[in-house]
Amino acid sequence: MIRIIFFLSSGLFLGWSLGANDAANIFGTAVGTKMIRFRTAAIICSIFVIIGAVVSGAGASHTLGKLGAVNELAGAFIVALAAAITVMWMTKAGLPVSTSQAIVGAIIGWNFFAKTNTDLSSLSKIFGTWVFSPILSAFFAFLIFHLVKYILENSKIHLLRLDAYTRMGLLLVGAFGSYSLGANNIGNVMGVFINSSPFKDITIGSLVSLSSTQQLFFLGGIAIAVGVFTYSKRVMMTVGSGIFKLSPVSALVVVLASSLVLFIFASQGLKHFLTSHGLPSFPLVPVSSSQSVVGAVMGISLAKGGRNLNFKNLGRISIGWVATPVVSALISYVALFFMQNVFMQNVYIH
Amino acid sequence: MTKIFSNRTKELEANIDAYLDRVENAGLIFLEGVKAYLNKKNEKFEKHYQAISTLESEADNVRRDIKHKLYTYMLIPESRGDVLGLLETMDDVIDIAEKVLEQFSIEQPEIPEFLKSDFLDLAELCSKTVEELVKGTRAFFREIKLVNNYVNKVHFYEHEADDVEENLKRKAFNSAEIKRLSRKVHMRYFAEKIALVSDVAEAVAERLSVYTIKRRI
Repeated sequence: MIRIIFFLSSGLFLGWSLGANDAANIFGTAVGTKMIRFRTAAIICSIFVIIGAVVSGAGASHTLGKLGAVNELAGAFIVALAAAITVMWMTKAGLPVSTSQAIVGAIIGWNFFAKTNTDLSSLSKIFGTWVFSPILSAFFAFLIFHLVKYILENSKIHLLRLDAYTRMGLLLVGAFGSYSLGANNIGNVMGVFINSSPFKDITIGSLVSLSSTQQLFFLGGIAIAVGVFTYSKRVMMTVGSGIFKLSPVSALVVVLASSLVLFIFASQGLKHFLTSHGLPSFPLVPVSSSQSVVGAVMGISLAKGGRNLNFKNLGRISIGWVATPVVSALISYVALFFMQNVFMQNVYIH
Repeated sequence: MTKIFSNRTKELEANIDAYLDRVENAGLIFLEGVKAYLNKKNEKFEKHYQAISTLESEADNVRRDIKHKLYTYMLIPESRGDVLGLLETMDDVIDIAEKVLEQFSIEQPEIPEFLKSDFLDLAELCSKTVEELVKGTRAFFREIKLVNNYVNKVHFYEHEADDVEENLKRKAFNSAEIKRLSRKVHMRYFAEKIALVSDVAEAVAERLSVYTIKRRI
Protein backbone atom coordinates (compact mmCIF):
# COMPACT_ATOMS: atom_id res chain seq x y z
CA MET A 1 0.00 0.00 0.00
CA ILE A 2 2.73 2.44 1.02
CA ARG A 3 4.60 1.48 -2.15
CA ILE A 4 1.54 2.30 -4.25
CA ILE A 5 0.99 5.65 -2.60
CA PHE A 6 4.67 6.48 -2.96
CA PHE A 7 4.77 5.66 -6.65
CA LEU A 8 1.50 7.40 -7.43
CA SER A 9 2.68 10.55 -5.65
CA SER A 10 4.48 11.96 -8.69
CA GLY A 11 1.28 11.70 -10.75
CA LEU A 12 -0.70 13.30 -7.94
CA PHE A 13 1.88 16.08 -7.77
CA LEU A 14 1.53 16.60 -11.51
CA GLY A 15 -2.25 16.71 -11.01
CA TRP A 16 -1.82 19.26 -8.25
CA SER A 17 0.24 21.53 -10.49
CA LEU A 18 -2.27 21.09 -13.31
CA GLY A 19 -5.07 22.21 -10.99
CA ALA A 20 -3.00 25.10 -9.68
CA ASN A 21 -2.16 26.40 -13.17
CA ASP A 22 -4.96 25.42 -15.51
CA ALA A 23 -8.02 26.25 -13.40
CA ALA A 24 -7.05 29.86 -14.05
CA ASN A 25 -7.52 29.31 -17.77
CA ILE A 26 -11.16 28.57 -17.05
CA PHE A 27 -12.07 30.82 -14.14
CA GLY A 28 -9.18 33.32 -14.19
CA THR A 29 -11.00 36.30 -15.63
CA ALA A 30 -14.27 35.50 -13.85
CA VAL A 31 -12.54 35.48 -10.46
CA GLY A 32 -9.99 38.20 -11.28
CA THR A 33 -12.75 40.61 -12.30
CA LYS A 34 -14.85 39.63 -9.24
CA MET A 35 -17.71 38.28 -11.35
CA ILE A 36 -17.52 34.95 -9.51
CA ARG A 37 -16.23 34.31 -6.02
CA PHE A 38 -13.12 32.17 -5.84
CA ARG A 39 -14.82 29.63 -3.55
CA THR A 40 -17.71 29.13 -5.98
CA ALA A 41 -15.29 28.80 -8.90
CA ALA A 42 -13.09 26.34 -7.02
CA ILE A 43 -16.02 24.13 -5.99
CA ILE A 44 -17.54 24.03 -9.49
CA CYS A 45 -14.14 23.48 -11.08
CA SER A 46 -13.24 20.61 -8.74
CA ILE A 47 -16.54 18.79 -9.13
CA PHE A 48 -16.57 18.98 -12.92
CA VAL A 49 -12.89 18.19 -13.36
CA ILE A 50 -13.45 14.97 -11.43
CA ILE A 51 -16.62 14.12 -13.39
CA GLY A 52 -14.86 14.82 -16.70
CA ALA A 53 -11.87 12.74 -15.67
CA VAL A 54 -13.86 9.72 -14.55
CA VAL A 55 -16.53 9.81 -17.28
CA SER A 56 -14.58 10.86 -20.32
CA GLY A 57 -10.89 10.63 -19.49
CA ALA A 58 -10.20 7.35 -21.27
CA GLY A 59 -10.07 8.65 -24.85
CA ALA A 60 -7.12 11.00 -24.67
CA SER A 61 -5.16 8.78 -22.29
CA HIS A 62 -5.57 5.88 -24.72
CA THR A 63 -3.55 7.84 -27.28
CA LEU A 64 -0.81 8.43 -24.70
CA GLY A 65 -0.87 4.68 -23.97
CA LYS A 66 -0.31 3.97 -27.64
CA LEU A 67 2.61 6.38 -27.75
CA GLY A 68 4.36 4.41 -25.05
CA ALA A 69 2.94 1.78 -22.74
CA VAL A 70 4.74 2.43 -19.48
CA ASN A 71 4.34 -0.95 -17.85
CA GLU A 72 6.11 -0.79 -14.50
CA LEU A 73 4.96 1.29 -11.55
CA ALA A 74 8.42 2.63 -10.75
CA GLY A 75 8.82 3.65 -14.41
CA ALA A 76 5.45 5.40 -14.41
CA PHE A 77 6.50 7.21 -11.23
CA ILE A 78 9.61 8.56 -12.95
CA VAL A 79 7.76 9.51 -16.14
CA ALA A 80 5.18 11.53 -14.20
CA LEU A 81 7.90 12.99 -12.00
CA ALA A 82 9.93 14.08 -15.03
CA ALA A 83 6.84 15.78 -16.46
CA ALA A 84 6.10 17.46 -13.12
CA ILE A 85 9.67 18.71 -12.77
CA THR A 86 9.60 20.05 -16.33
CA VAL A 87 6.33 21.87 -15.69
CA MET A 88 7.61 23.33 -12.44
CA TRP A 89 10.98 24.32 -13.80
CA MET A 90 9.61 25.90 -16.97
CA THR A 91 6.88 27.71 -15.02
CA LYS A 92 9.54 29.15 -12.72
CA ALA A 93 11.59 30.22 -15.71
CA GLY A 94 8.51 32.00 -17.03
CA LEU A 95 8.34 29.79 -20.12
CA PRO A 96 5.05 28.61 -21.59
CA VAL A 97 4.48 25.05 -20.56
CA SER A 98 1.77 22.45 -20.73
CA THR A 99 1.44 19.17 -18.88
CA SER A 100 0.39 17.54 -22.17
CA GLN A 101 3.70 18.40 -23.79
CA ALA A 102 5.69 17.50 -20.71
CA ILE A 103 4.13 14.07 -20.33
CA VAL A 104 4.56 13.23 -24.02
CA GLY A 105 8.25 14.09 -23.76
CA ALA A 106 8.62 12.04 -20.59
CA ILE A 107 6.95 9.02 -22.23
CA ILE A 108 9.29 9.30 -25.20
CA GLY A 109 12.18 9.43 -22.73
CA TRP A 110 10.89 6.17 -21.22
CA ASN A 111 10.57 4.63 -24.71
CA PHE A 112 14.22 5.44 -25.38
CA PHE A 113 15.31 4.05 -22.05
CA ALA A 114 13.23 0.88 -22.36
CA LYS A 115 14.33 0.57 -25.98
CA THR A 116 10.73 0.36 -27.14
CA ASN A 117 9.83 1.98 -30.40
CA THR A 118 7.89 5.22 -30.18
CA ASP A 119 4.72 4.86 -32.22
CA LEU A 120 5.41 7.51 -34.84
CA SER A 121 1.83 7.63 -36.11
CA SER A 122 0.64 8.48 -32.57
CA LEU A 123 3.42 11.02 -32.20
CA SER A 124 2.59 12.77 -35.45
CA LYS A 125 -1.11 12.70 -34.52
CA ILE A 126 -0.31 14.29 -31.16
CA PHE A 127 2.03 16.89 -32.61
CA GLY A 128 -0.40 17.77 -35.38
CA THR A 129 -3.16 18.23 -32.83
CA TRP A 130 -1.02 20.57 -30.76
CA VAL A 131 -0.44 22.79 -33.76
CA PHE A 132 -4.06 22.57 -34.79
CA SER A 133 -5.69 23.15 -31.39
CA PRO A 134 -4.86 26.87 -30.94
CA ILE A 135 -5.89 27.48 -34.54
CA LEU A 136 -9.20 25.71 -34.00
CA SER A 137 -9.66 27.59 -30.74
CA ALA A 138 -9.04 30.91 -32.53
CA PHE A 139 -11.57 29.91 -35.17
CA PHE A 140 -14.22 29.04 -32.54
CA ALA A 141 -13.54 32.26 -30.62
CA PHE A 142 -13.88 34.24 -33.86
CA LEU A 143 -17.28 32.70 -34.59
CA ILE A 144 -18.62 32.85 -31.03
CA PHE A 145 -17.42 36.44 -30.67
CA HIS A 146 -19.42 37.52 -33.72
CA LEU A 147 -22.46 35.59 -32.53
CA VAL A 148 -22.31 37.14 -29.05
CA LYS A 149 -21.74 40.59 -30.53
CA TYR A 150 -24.73 40.19 -32.81
CA ILE A 151 -26.94 39.09 -29.91
CA LEU A 152 -25.76 41.91 -27.65
CA GLU A 153 -26.26 44.55 -30.31
CA ASN A 154 -29.75 43.42 -31.17
CA SER A 155 -31.31 42.25 -27.95
CA LYS A 156 -31.51 45.48 -25.90
CA ILE A 157 -30.47 43.72 -22.71
CA HIS A 158 -30.04 46.10 -19.80
CA LEU A 159 -26.47 46.42 -18.58
CA LEU A 160 -27.44 45.02 -15.19
CA ARG A 161 -29.29 42.08 -16.63
CA LEU A 162 -26.38 41.40 -18.95
CA ASP A 163 -24.23 41.31 -15.83
CA ALA A 164 -26.47 38.65 -14.30
CA TYR A 165 -26.50 36.61 -17.52
CA THR A 166 -22.74 36.91 -17.87
CA ARG A 167 -22.19 35.58 -14.36
CA MET A 168 -24.50 32.69 -15.04
CA GLY A 169 -22.80 32.09 -18.39
CA LEU A 170 -19.35 32.18 -16.80
CA LEU A 171 -20.47 29.56 -14.28
CA LEU A 172 -22.00 27.28 -16.92
CA VAL A 173 -19.12 27.64 -19.36
CA GLY A 174 -16.73 27.25 -16.43
CA ALA A 175 -18.40 23.97 -15.49
CA PHE A 176 -18.16 22.79 -19.10
CA GLY A 177 -14.54 23.95 -19.29
CA SER A 178 -13.68 22.10 -16.08
CA TYR A 179 -15.35 18.95 -17.39
CA SER A 180 -13.40 19.21 -20.65
CA LEU A 181 -10.16 19.91 -18.80
CA GLY A 182 -10.68 16.84 -16.65
CA ALA A 183 -11.58 14.71 -19.67
CA ASN A 184 -8.74 15.91 -21.86
CA ASN A 185 -5.93 16.30 -19.37
CA ILE A 186 -6.43 13.54 -16.81
CA GLY A 187 -4.47 11.26 -19.14
CA ASN A 188 -1.44 13.48 -18.59
CA VAL A 189 -1.69 13.06 -14.88
CA MET A 190 -2.68 9.42 -14.51
CA GLY A 191 -2.35 7.93 -18.00
CA VAL A 192 1.11 6.51 -17.45
CA PHE A 193 -0.11 4.51 -14.45
CA ILE A 194 -2.86 2.66 -16.33
CA ASN A 195 -0.80 -0.35 -17.36
CA SER A 196 0.62 -0.78 -13.88
CA SER A 197 -2.53 0.24 -12.00
CA PRO A 198 -2.70 -1.36 -8.59
CA PHE A 199 -6.52 -0.99 -8.40
CA LYS A 200 -9.15 -3.64 -9.09
CA ASP A 201 -12.46 -2.92 -10.81
CA ILE A 202 -15.25 -2.35 -8.32
CA THR A 203 -19.01 -2.50 -8.73
CA ILE A 204 -21.29 -0.69 -6.34
CA GLY A 205 -24.79 -2.16 -6.54
CA SER A 206 -25.71 -3.17 -10.06
CA LEU A 207 -25.56 0.32 -11.59
CA VAL A 208 -22.29 1.95 -10.70
CA SER A 209 -19.07 0.28 -11.70
CA LEU A 210 -15.67 1.87 -11.59
CA SER A 211 -12.86 0.35 -13.60
CA SER A 212 -9.35 0.44 -12.18
CA THR A 213 -8.56 3.20 -14.68
CA GLN A 214 -11.53 5.25 -13.52
CA GLN A 215 -10.40 4.87 -9.92
CA LEU A 216 -6.98 6.17 -10.93
CA PHE A 217 -8.62 9.07 -12.74
CA PHE A 218 -10.81 9.79 -9.73
CA LEU A 219 -7.70 10.02 -7.58
CA GLY A 220 -6.02 12.24 -10.18
CA GLY A 221 -9.15 14.40 -10.30
CA ILE A 222 -8.95 14.88 -6.55
CA ALA A 223 -5.30 15.88 -6.87
CA ILE A 224 -6.30 18.48 -9.48
CA ALA A 225 -9.07 19.71 -7.15
CA VAL A 226 -6.55 20.09 -4.32
CA GLY A 227 -4.37 22.12 -6.70
CA VAL A 228 -7.36 24.31 -7.53
CA PHE A 229 -8.18 24.97 -3.89
CA THR A 230 -4.68 25.47 -2.58
CA TYR A 231 -2.88 27.42 -5.24
CA SER A 232 -4.98 28.51 -8.23
CA LYS A 233 -6.26 31.71 -6.60
CA ARG A 234 -2.91 33.42 -7.04
CA VAL A 235 -2.71 32.38 -10.67
CA MET A 236 -6.28 33.56 -11.24
CA MET A 237 -5.55 36.98 -9.78
CA THR A 238 -2.63 37.42 -12.21
CA VAL A 239 -4.64 36.14 -15.17
CA GLY A 240 -7.60 38.36 -14.30
CA SER A 241 -5.60 41.55 -14.07
CA GLY A 242 -2.41 40.72 -15.87
CA ILE A 243 -1.38 39.30 -19.20
CA PHE A 244 -4.80 38.51 -20.58
CA LYS A 245 -6.94 41.46 -19.66
CA LEU A 246 -10.37 40.51 -20.87
CA SER A 247 -13.82 41.84 -20.21
CA PRO A 248 -16.16 39.32 -18.58
CA VAL A 249 -18.06 38.82 -21.86
CA SER A 250 -14.84 38.27 -23.82
CA ALA A 251 -13.74 35.85 -21.13
CA LEU A 252 -16.95 33.94 -21.66
CA VAL A 253 -16.14 33.65 -25.37
CA VAL A 254 -12.52 32.63 -24.71
CA VAL A 255 -13.42 29.98 -22.16
CA LEU A 256 -16.19 28.56 -24.32
CA ALA A 257 -13.97 28.38 -27.41
CA SER A 258 -11.02 26.80 -25.64
CA SER A 259 -13.26 24.40 -23.70
CA LEU A 260 -14.86 23.25 -26.95
CA VAL A 261 -11.40 22.44 -28.26
CA LEU A 262 -10.51 20.45 -25.16
CA PHE A 263 -13.88 18.71 -25.33
CA ILE A 264 -13.57 17.81 -29.01
CA PHE A 265 -10.15 16.25 -28.50
CA ALA A 266 -11.41 14.20 -25.55
CA SER A 267 -14.94 13.13 -26.40
CA GLN A 268 -15.34 9.51 -27.41
CA GLY A 269 -19.06 10.12 -27.88
CA LEU A 270 -18.42 12.79 -30.49
CA LYS A 271 -15.81 10.61 -32.20
CA HIS A 272 -18.25 7.68 -32.41
CA PHE A 273 -20.99 9.97 -33.69
CA LEU A 274 -18.78 11.43 -36.42
CA THR A 275 -17.27 8.12 -37.54
CA SER A 276 -20.63 6.36 -37.53
CA HIS A 277 -21.88 9.00 -39.95
CA GLY A 278 -18.88 8.60 -42.17
CA LEU A 279 -17.49 12.00 -41.19
CA PRO A 280 -13.88 12.83 -40.43
CA SER A 281 -13.40 12.68 -36.67
CA PHE A 282 -11.05 14.43 -34.32
CA PRO A 283 -8.23 12.43 -32.75
CA LEU A 284 -8.44 12.05 -28.98
CA VAL A 285 -5.28 13.77 -27.81
CA PRO A 286 -4.38 15.68 -24.65
CA VAL A 287 -3.87 19.30 -25.69
CA SER A 288 -2.71 22.35 -23.81
CA SER A 289 -5.51 24.37 -22.25
CA SER A 290 -3.23 27.41 -21.97
CA GLN A 291 -2.47 27.33 -25.69
CA SER A 292 -6.14 26.97 -26.51
CA VAL A 293 -6.78 30.06 -24.42
CA VAL A 294 -4.03 31.96 -26.21
CA GLY A 295 -5.54 30.83 -29.52
CA ALA A 296 -9.00 32.00 -28.45
CA VAL A 297 -7.66 35.40 -27.34
CA MET A 298 -6.04 35.77 -30.77
CA GLY A 299 -9.32 34.75 -32.39
CA ILE A 300 -11.04 37.60 -30.57
CA SER A 301 -8.30 40.03 -31.59
CA LEU A 302 -8.83 38.97 -35.20
CA ALA A 303 -12.59 39.37 -34.86
CA LYS A 304 -11.97 42.90 -33.58
CA GLY A 305 -10.06 43.67 -36.75
CA GLY A 306 -6.59 42.43 -35.86
CA ARG A 307 -5.66 45.21 -33.46
CA ASN A 308 -3.69 44.25 -30.33
CA LEU A 309 -2.67 41.02 -32.04
CA ASN A 310 0.38 39.81 -30.18
CA PHE A 311 2.54 37.79 -32.53
CA LYS A 312 5.04 37.12 -29.75
CA ASN A 313 2.52 34.65 -28.36
CA LEU A 314 2.68 32.59 -31.53
CA GLY A 315 6.43 32.27 -31.18
CA ARG A 316 6.10 31.36 -27.51
CA ILE A 317 3.55 28.68 -28.35
CA SER A 318 5.73 27.06 -30.97
CA ILE A 319 8.71 27.03 -28.61
CA GLY A 320 6.51 25.07 -26.21
CA TRP A 321 5.72 22.43 -28.82
CA VAL A 322 9.38 21.48 -29.18
CA ALA A 323 11.25 22.62 -26.07
CA THR A 324 8.92 21.13 -23.47
CA PRO A 325 8.92 17.55 -24.79
CA VAL A 326 12.68 17.63 -25.36
CA VAL A 327 13.46 18.87 -21.86
CA SER A 328 10.99 16.44 -20.35
CA ALA A 329 12.36 13.49 -22.35
CA LEU A 330 15.89 14.25 -21.18
CA ILE A 331 14.88 14.52 -17.53
CA SER A 332 12.85 11.33 -17.85
CA TYR A 333 15.74 9.40 -19.41
CA VAL A 334 18.26 10.49 -16.81
CA ALA A 335 15.89 9.88 -13.89
CA LEU A 336 15.00 6.42 -15.19
CA PHE A 337 18.70 5.62 -15.29
CA PHE A 338 19.08 6.57 -11.64
CA MET A 339 15.93 4.73 -10.60
CA GLN A 340 17.18 1.56 -12.24
CA ASN A 341 20.84 1.67 -11.35
CA VAL A 342 20.90 3.48 -8.02
CA PHE A 343 17.57 2.49 -6.44
CA MET A 344 17.53 -0.90 -8.15
CA GLN A 345 13.90 -0.73 -9.30
CA ASN A 346 12.53 -2.22 -12.48
CA VAL A 347 11.32 0.66 -14.59
CA TYR A 348 10.13 -1.41 -17.53
CA ILE A 349 9.21 -4.98 -18.44
CA HIS A 350 10.14 -6.37 -21.79
CA MET B 1 -30.67 32.67 -4.84
CA THR B 2 -31.52 33.36 -8.49
CA LYS B 3 -34.79 34.96 -7.36
CA ILE B 4 -33.09 37.35 -4.96
CA PHE B 5 -30.53 38.08 -7.61
CA SER B 6 -33.00 38.99 -10.32
CA ASN B 7 -35.05 41.08 -7.88
CA ARG B 8 -31.99 43.09 -6.97
CA THR B 9 -31.24 43.56 -10.63
CA LYS B 10 -34.77 44.72 -11.38
CA GLU B 11 -34.77 47.01 -8.36
CA LEU B 12 -31.57 48.64 -9.48
CA GLU B 13 -32.75 48.95 -13.07
CA ALA B 14 -35.83 50.75 -11.74
CA ASN B 15 -33.63 53.03 -9.60
CA ILE B 16 -31.47 53.98 -12.55
CA ASP B 17 -34.56 54.71 -14.63
CA ALA B 18 -35.98 56.80 -11.80
CA TYR B 19 -32.76 58.77 -11.58
CA LEU B 20 -32.70 59.46 -15.32
CA ASP B 21 -36.36 60.52 -15.20
CA ARG B 22 -35.38 63.15 -12.67
CA VAL B 23 -32.53 64.48 -14.78
CA GLU B 24 -34.83 64.64 -17.79
CA ASN B 25 -37.53 66.46 -15.79
CA ALA B 26 -34.95 68.87 -14.43
CA GLY B 27 -34.13 69.89 -18.01
CA LEU B 28 -37.79 70.44 -18.82
CA ILE B 29 -38.59 72.33 -15.61
CA PHE B 30 -35.51 74.49 -16.12
CA LEU B 31 -36.85 75.58 -19.52
CA GLU B 32 -40.33 76.22 -18.17
CA GLY B 33 -38.81 78.21 -15.30
CA VAL B 34 -36.82 80.48 -17.63
CA LYS B 35 -39.90 80.91 -19.85
CA ALA B 36 -42.03 81.89 -16.85
CA TYR B 37 -39.40 84.38 -15.71
CA LEU B 38 -39.11 85.97 -19.15
CA ASN B 39 -42.91 86.23 -19.34
CA LYS B 40 -42.93 87.79 -15.87
CA LYS B 41 -45.14 85.03 -14.46
CA ASN B 42 -43.57 85.21 -11.04
CA GLU B 43 -45.75 82.76 -9.23
CA LYS B 44 -45.28 80.15 -11.90
CA PHE B 45 -41.54 80.78 -11.91
CA GLU B 46 -41.25 80.27 -8.14
CA LYS B 47 -43.26 77.05 -8.47
CA HIS B 48 -40.78 75.74 -11.03
CA TYR B 49 -37.86 76.82 -8.89
CA GLN B 50 -39.30 74.90 -5.94
CA ALA B 51 -39.95 71.87 -8.16
CA ILE B 52 -36.37 71.74 -9.42
CA SER B 53 -35.02 72.05 -5.85
CA THR B 54 -37.13 69.07 -4.80
CA LEU B 55 -35.98 67.11 -7.85
CA GLU B 56 -32.38 67.88 -7.04
CA SER B 57 -32.54 66.44 -3.54
CA GLU B 58 -34.60 63.44 -4.69
CA ALA B 59 -32.04 62.69 -7.39
CA ASP B 60 -29.28 62.84 -4.77
CA ASN B 61 -31.06 60.24 -2.67
CA VAL B 62 -31.71 57.92 -5.60
CA ARG B 63 -28.08 58.20 -6.68
CA ARG B 64 -26.81 57.36 -3.20
CA ASP B 65 -29.14 54.37 -3.14
CA ILE B 66 -27.81 53.16 -6.51
CA LYS B 67 -24.23 53.54 -5.32
CA HIS B 68 -24.96 51.62 -2.15
CA LYS B 69 -26.68 48.79 -4.01
CA LEU B 70 -24.04 48.51 -6.71
CA TYR B 71 -21.36 47.99 -4.10
CA THR B 72 -23.19 45.86 -1.54
CA TYR B 73 -24.69 43.52 -4.13
CA MET B 74 -21.36 43.35 -5.99
CA LEU B 75 -23.04 44.08 -9.31
CA ILE B 76 -21.31 45.00 -12.59
CA PRO B 77 -17.83 44.98 -11.02
CA GLU B 78 -16.27 45.87 -14.39
CA SER B 79 -18.34 48.96 -15.13
CA ARG B 80 -19.75 50.15 -11.82
CA GLY B 81 -17.06 52.80 -11.51
CA ASP B 82 -18.08 54.12 -14.91
CA VAL B 83 -21.78 53.96 -14.12
CA LEU B 84 -21.34 55.83 -10.85
CA GLY B 85 -19.05 58.39 -12.48
CA LEU B 86 -21.67 58.92 -15.14
CA LEU B 87 -24.51 59.37 -12.66
CA GLU B 88 -22.44 61.65 -10.46
CA THR B 89 -21.52 64.00 -13.29
CA MET B 90 -25.15 63.98 -14.42
CA ASP B 91 -25.95 65.29 -10.99
CA ASP B 92 -24.00 68.45 -11.89
CA VAL B 93 -26.51 69.06 -14.69
CA ILE B 94 -29.40 69.16 -12.21
CA ASP B 95 -27.35 71.21 -9.73
CA ILE B 96 -26.51 73.86 -12.29
CA ALA B 97 -30.06 74.01 -13.68
CA GLU B 98 -31.27 74.57 -10.13
CA LYS B 99 -28.58 77.18 -9.42
CA VAL B 100 -29.58 79.17 -12.53
CA LEU B 101 -33.21 79.38 -11.43
CA GLU B 102 -32.01 80.29 -7.94
CA GLN B 103 -29.94 83.18 -9.35
CA PHE B 104 -32.94 84.38 -11.32
CA SER B 105 -35.00 84.22 -8.15
CA ILE B 106 -32.43 86.12 -6.07
CA GLU B 107 -31.04 88.65 -8.53
CA GLN B 108 -34.18 89.28 -10.57
CA PRO B 109 -32.30 90.46 -13.68
CA GLU B 110 -34.10 93.02 -15.76
CA ILE B 111 -34.20 91.50 -19.21
CA PRO B 112 -34.91 93.94 -22.04
CA GLU B 113 -37.52 92.91 -24.58
CA PHE B 114 -35.02 92.62 -27.47
CA LEU B 115 -32.98 89.98 -25.63
CA LYS B 116 -35.87 87.82 -24.47
CA SER B 117 -36.05 85.64 -27.57
CA ASP B 118 -32.28 85.00 -27.36
CA PHE B 119 -32.55 83.99 -23.72
CA LEU B 120 -35.45 81.74 -24.61
CA ASP B 121 -33.52 80.13 -27.51
CA LEU B 122 -30.55 79.59 -25.26
CA ALA B 123 -32.65 77.91 -22.55
CA GLU B 124 -34.39 75.74 -25.16
CA LEU B 125 -31.10 74.54 -26.62
CA CYS B 126 -29.77 73.77 -23.13
CA SER B 127 -32.89 71.83 -22.30
CA LYS B 128 -32.45 69.88 -25.54
CA THR B 129 -28.86 68.94 -24.69
CA VAL B 130 -30.10 67.54 -21.38
CA GLU B 131 -32.88 65.64 -23.14
CA GLU B 132 -30.48 64.05 -25.65
CA LEU B 133 -27.97 63.30 -22.89
CA VAL B 134 -30.61 61.39 -20.94
CA LYS B 135 -31.63 59.48 -24.08
CA GLY B 136 -27.98 58.63 -24.69
CA THR B 137 -27.55 57.43 -21.13
CA ARG B 138 -30.64 55.24 -21.37
CA ALA B 139 -29.19 53.80 -24.58
CA PHE B 140 -25.91 53.16 -22.74
CA PHE B 141 -27.78 50.79 -20.47
CA ARG B 142 -29.99 49.12 -23.05
CA GLU B 143 -28.93 49.71 -26.63
CA ILE B 144 -25.32 50.67 -26.83
CA LYS B 145 -25.15 51.15 -30.60
CA LEU B 146 -27.49 54.17 -30.37
CA VAL B 147 -25.39 56.08 -27.84
CA ASN B 148 -23.26 57.87 -30.42
CA ASN B 149 -26.32 59.22 -32.17
CA TYR B 150 -27.42 60.98 -29.03
CA VAL B 151 -23.93 62.09 -28.11
CA ASN B 152 -23.67 63.74 -31.52
CA LYS B 153 -26.91 65.58 -30.92
CA VAL B 154 -25.66 66.80 -27.55
CA HIS B 155 -22.56 68.19 -29.28
CA PHE B 156 -24.72 69.81 -31.95
CA TYR B 157 -27.08 71.56 -29.53
CA GLU B 158 -24.21 72.63 -27.30
CA HIS B 159 -22.50 74.24 -30.26
CA GLU B 160 -25.71 76.02 -31.21
CA ALA B 161 -26.08 77.19 -27.63
CA ASP B 162 -22.55 78.64 -27.75
CA ASP B 163 -23.46 80.63 -30.85
CA VAL B 164 -26.65 81.97 -29.31
CA GLU B 165 -24.77 82.85 -26.12
CA GLU B 166 -22.10 84.76 -28.01
CA ASN B 167 -24.67 86.55 -30.10
CA LEU B 168 -26.65 87.47 -27.03
CA LYS B 169 -23.61 88.93 -25.31
CA ARG B 170 -22.65 90.96 -28.39
CA LYS B 171 -26.19 92.34 -28.65
CA ALA B 172 -26.16 93.28 -24.97
CA PHE B 173 -22.83 95.10 -25.14
CA ASN B 174 -23.53 96.81 -28.47
CA SER B 175 -26.96 97.95 -27.45
CA ALA B 176 -27.71 101.59 -26.93
CA GLU B 177 -30.84 100.63 -25.08
CA ILE B 178 -28.93 99.18 -22.14
CA LYS B 179 -27.07 102.17 -20.78
CA ARG B 180 -25.35 100.98 -17.64
CA LEU B 181 -22.33 98.69 -17.90
CA SER B 182 -23.48 96.84 -14.78
CA ARG B 183 -26.65 95.79 -16.57
CA LYS B 184 -24.71 94.68 -19.63
CA VAL B 185 -22.49 92.59 -17.39
CA HIS B 186 -25.59 91.22 -15.70
CA MET B 187 -26.94 90.06 -19.07
CA ARG B 188 -23.62 88.45 -19.89
CA TYR B 189 -23.58 86.73 -16.50
CA PHE B 190 -27.00 85.16 -17.03
CA ALA B 191 -26.26 84.13 -20.61
CA GLU B 192 -23.15 82.35 -19.38
CA LYS B 193 -24.97 80.76 -16.46
CA ILE B 194 -27.69 79.32 -18.67
CA ALA B 195 -25.18 78.11 -21.27
CA LEU B 196 -23.30 76.32 -18.49
CA VAL B 197 -26.13 73.75 -18.43
CA SER B 198 -25.29 72.69 -21.98
CA ASP B 199 -21.54 72.79 -21.29
CA VAL B 200 -21.91 70.38 -18.40
CA ALA B 201 -24.26 68.16 -20.42
CA GLU B 202 -21.59 68.02 -23.13
CA ALA B 203 -18.91 67.08 -20.62
CA VAL B 204 -21.10 64.20 -19.40
CA ALA B 205 -21.71 63.15 -23.02
CA GLU B 206 -17.94 63.00 -23.52
CA ARG B 207 -17.65 60.59 -20.62
CA LEU B 208 -20.55 58.64 -21.98
CA SER B 209 -18.87 58.07 -25.31
CA VAL B 210 -15.66 56.88 -23.62
CA TYR B 211 -17.61 54.48 -21.39
CA THR B 212 -19.42 53.24 -24.47
CA ILE B 213 -16.15 52.31 -26.15
CA LYS B 214 -15.09 50.53 -22.97
CA ARG B 215 -18.33 48.57 -22.88
CA ARG B 216 -17.88 47.11 -26.34
CA ILE B 217 -16.77 43.51 -25.93
